[in-house]
Amino acid sequence: MRVADPEIEDILRSVSDPEIPVLSIMDIGIVRKVDKQGDIFIVSITPTYSGCPAMDTIGDDIKAAFKAAGMTAEIKLILSPAWSTDWITSRGRTALEKYGIAAPLEATADKDALIGKPNMIKCTNCGSMNTKMVSRFGSTACKALFQCEDCHEPFDYFKCLK
Amino acid sequence: MEQKALYDYLLLLGDNPTILGQRLGELCGHGPELETDIALTNISLDLFGQVRNYFQYAAEVIGNGATEDSVAMLRHEHEYKNALLVEQPNRDFAYVICRQFLFDIFHQLLLNELMSSKNERISAIAHKSVKEVDYHVDFSSTWMKRLGDGTEESNQRLTEAMGFLWRYSMELFKPTETETLMAEMGVGPDLSELKPIYMERVNTTLQASKLVMPEKTTYQYGGKTGRHTEYMGYILAEFQYMQRAYPNMKW
Repeated sequence: MRVADPEIEDILRSVSDPEIPVLSIMDIGIVRKVDKQGDIFIVSITPTYSGCPAMDTIGDDIKAAFKAAGMTAEIKLILSPAWSTDWITSRGRTALEKYGIAAPLEATADKDALIGKPNMIKCTNCGSMNTKMVSRFGSTACKALFQCEDCHEPFDYFKCLK
Repeated sequence: MEQKALYDYLLLLGDNPTILGQRLGELCGHGPELETDIALTNISLDLFGQVRNYFQYAAEVIGNGATEDSVAMLRHEHEYKNALLVEQPNRDFAYVICRQFLFDIFHQLLLNELMSSKNERISAIAHKSVKEVDYHVDFSSTWMKRLGDGTEESNQRLTEAMGFLWRYSMELFKPTETETLMAEMGVGPDLSELKPIYMERVNTTLQASKLVMPEKTTYQYGGKTGRHTEYMGYILAEFQYMQRAYPNMKW
């Protein structure tokens, strides 16, 4: 999503996902809309997963970032349309990979990877495709756990959600 | 009157994932292996996330200073409307998986219908939740097959769990007055129409799991109208402890 006012976009871009600090909330696609009512900015955000415990923190961080810039923001939580991994920007995907989290594949390939088909996900440590799934559920709701058979490092994979 | 019915309906939708989520939470640190432990608690987290959406809405509907926390945690036992199935204890891993499977298949069917609810907010919650529940169905169905088609011991334990839990399955499809009203208003589905699809899906997975459909049994009902098994009080004692001991506490 693009925000018309570059100053506002910069403020929002400075807020990151507390679970994945290298990823701006703009690049993960959870900021859906910014409206202005009088002097107050209404920032609409949508959760990645219903139970995502980071949402409250993200809301507080957005308000704090606006406050630091001398402005006031309020948070509106919206559920529809539901968040999709398609909304992660290419900049976001690069940031994820760099941080050690493999970016989501397309839906069909993702399903194969998550039913245990080997060699589907590229190791974020050494780049080998010789990897296998360890667990469909990982350290947070949005990730699965994989391991590289070459360098033996475990790494997270961001699950496709559509 | 209509607001009261909507409130009751939101409780019917939210109490199943609440109590099942709490049961799964009990397994935190006690799963049979690390990955399964993480999976079960992840599912619990998904369920509680969905519950928050229902209960935030319920609190707005009922007003009077209600909050999602007060709706979730400050009701008495007979005011909870979850089905008896989800309050059954974690006897062993076979019971955990079987209970999950019997609920997940229903949950997926229900959410698929709720996506076209005339109530926009319920429809939005269903759209969000169904993506998560698809994963749950996959998880529990895979384990049904793995245990059923595993060793003699795992098959026998799963057969026992199924034989015990099946009696609670049909309550999910027996509409309460509120559910009938909501179906008439186009807010919720006609539960009896979902039953044949449920039977077929359960049967398909049971066959793949080398299990047989349980014989006809005396089905148990009551949870949805507030008549719970003896387990419910113990669940609530733990679930409500912090809110009762420290009223209005927040994390």
